[in-house]
Amino acid sequence: MSEYLLCLFLFCIGLYCVLRKRNIIKIIIGLGIIEYAVNLFFVLVGYRIHGRAPILAKEQKILNMVDPLPQALVLTAIVIGLAVTALIVAIAIRIYEKYGTFDITKIRRLRG
Amino acid sequence: MELQLILLFMILGAVIAVEIEDLLSSVIAVGAVGLGLSLAFLILKAPDLAITQLVVEILCLIILIRATIKKDLPLVKDGRWLFNTLSTLLFIAFFLIFAYFALRELPRFGYPLMRVAKGYISSGPEKTGAANIVAAIILDFRAYDTLGEATVLFTAVMGVLAVMRKIGRIKDEK
Repeated sequence: MSEYLLCLFLFCIGLYCVLRKRNIIKIIIGLGIIEYAVNLFFVLVGYRIHGRAPILAKEQKILNMVDPLPQALVLTAIVIGLAVTALIVAIAIRIYEKYGTFDITKIRRLRG
Repeated sequence: MELQLILLFMILGAVIAVEIEDLLSSVIAVGAVGLGLSLAFLILKAPDLAITQLVVEILCLIILIRATIKKDLPLVKDGRWLFNTLSTLLFIAFFLIFAYFALRELPRFGYPLMRVAKGYISSGPEKTGAANIVAAIILDFRAYDTLGEATVLFTAVMGVLAVMRKIGRIKDEK
């Protein structure tokens, strides 16, 4: 149970960072922390005590295997997280070139 | 026990990354969190995830350092400190109420349900011939997920190229 709580705490740190900070790079970092927490949570749900990795050798049966399905889903989610981070950082760099700041409260003016 | 230590290390890294003023130090701290996550995956018996997380974390660090380096970063001062903090804490408390109800419904740690995965494990080696069940799932049972992932990656690359491209903007900048 303590693992779930620590994971939840990590999520809350990321949420606080996204909601409270005004620097775009800090917000991106907060999103990254949230992503780590969610990935970790999925793998925690599929963990089995004294389980073994879901890799078989030839002619072998493993009975106490950890759940492979969350691992497969998280594998997809990690790569998509990288793509999302790259896209956000590209937009942040463009914003910096245009406005000269990372402060989100100063990025209000609409320029055509 | 090792898992809790790794998780505490990650939480420490995350707090440093959130609270430190310098952006480059913040990015390095979040890199430490990601590498700790890779170790946690290894302890949780997910070697594929550990390798992928390691590679993705290093790429992520390179991208984030590219965004923060060589910029004269104006220190962002927070205005309306009390109101912002209070509204943020209120939102987090709201989230925690729902998290409490969700945590009560979860299976105990270490005893997964594995309703779907049972079929994959029993019939995976015969149907797909893959020794690694995770590879069998992402490339065979749920191959459409992987196709969608490739689509998302392609779209993200197109987006980055479209946002970062310099040609055609020269007239606007002048």
